[in-house]
Amino acid sequence: MEVGQLQRRLVDYTKSLLTEGILDDQFTQLQKLQDEGNPGFLVEVVSLFFEDSEKLLNDITRALDQQSVDFKMVDAHVHQLKGSSSSMGAQKLKNACVTFRSFCDEQSMEGCLKSLQLVKQEYYDVKNKVETLFKMEKQIVAAGGSVPKTE
Amino acid sequence: MGMSMESQFHVLAVDDSIIDRKLIERLLKTSSYQVTTVDSGTKALEFLGLHEDDQSNTETPSVSPNNHQEVDVNLIITDYCMPGMTGYDLLRKIKESSSLRDIPVVIMSSENVPSRISRCLEEGAEEFFLKPVRLSDVNRLRPHMMKTKLKDPKQDNEENKEESGKPVSRSLEEKEEQQQQHQQQQLHRLPQQQHSNSNKRKALEEGLSPDRTRPRYNGLTTVV
Repeated sequence: MEVGQLQRRLVDYTKSLLTEGILDDQFTQLQKLQDEGNPGFLVEVVSLFFEDSEKLLNDITRALDQQSVDFKMVDAHVHQLKGSSSSMGAQKLKNACVTFRSFCDEQSMEGCLKSLQLVKQEYYDVKNKVETLFKMEKQIVAAGGSVPKTE
Repeated sequence: MGMSMESQFHVLAVDDSIIDRKLIERLLKTSSYQVTTVDSGTKALEFLGLHEDDQSNTETPSVSPNNHQEVDVNLIITDYCMPGMTGYDLLRKIKESSSLRDIPVVIMSSENVPSRISRCLEEGAEEFFLKPVRLSDVNRLRPHMMKTKLKDPKQDNEENKEESGKPVSRSLEEKEEQQQQHQQQQLHRLPQQQHSNSNKRKALEEGLSPDRTRPRYNGLTTVV
């Protein structure tokens, strides 16, 4: 595929992620913060986000697995995940966290377990899609092109 | 004065989330500020040369002899929700310290809680930013930092007019005017760029007195 086509594909893909609400404008803002002076910024932050999120998901899973569940602690972890999702522009994931928190408030075990499932789903979905995005960017650069900015 | 202001502004950013630290650092560096990030209020105080066990109510500055005058911070921006010392606790400690109280403090939070916002503003925070923080929010920081750098109010105002496109309220009269305008607009959710504005106004809207006294600024803010 030639560079122009690759670039168009990337722009369309990014737009679809925004339309679907997987990502929101915050992600676009992050892309804008990356420039020639800081080429690795977005990839670095995203990697940190993945690491952090996976740790939190493990913590949450463990906390819900206890004999006596500490809902406040679960909520604290979900709050953190919600925060970083929001900072990353991972909208759907963030919204799933919001729902999760309301089940923590209700101290609903069933609600929490279901929410955890959902949150994990959304997390892996956004992870997948952002990785795909980065792959596309790499292809463009490898083909000698520059990564188009999302409008 | 002729010196380049931007390169001289040093911001201390406090946040327990590594992602948010990276983000705020990038935003601040993009605006050409020098940045130091720490992950807790305790570390922030250490960096500022103030130790928790120091009682800073006396005139004698309780700054560690090792750090004294080596640290020049023009603004502190801190997250609200942190384990241990919250951003509010940090704000209070700073305002209680004779050596640190003039440093402008900005609070960030992922949660839009009007009572939280008003508490912080009343304790002396300059601004309250709703996360995720944007470049447009960071652009609002300069006037606060310049207030402390250039003690001349006249020069201060001229700089403000140049720097920001929108009027930065300096006097209480201006603030009240803006409030009234904003109250009319408050029916709809304001666009992202005005997050910090709307939240500040939102807090004021909730029936709180706009006559927030700012004893620590010696009337600088009221000079037009």
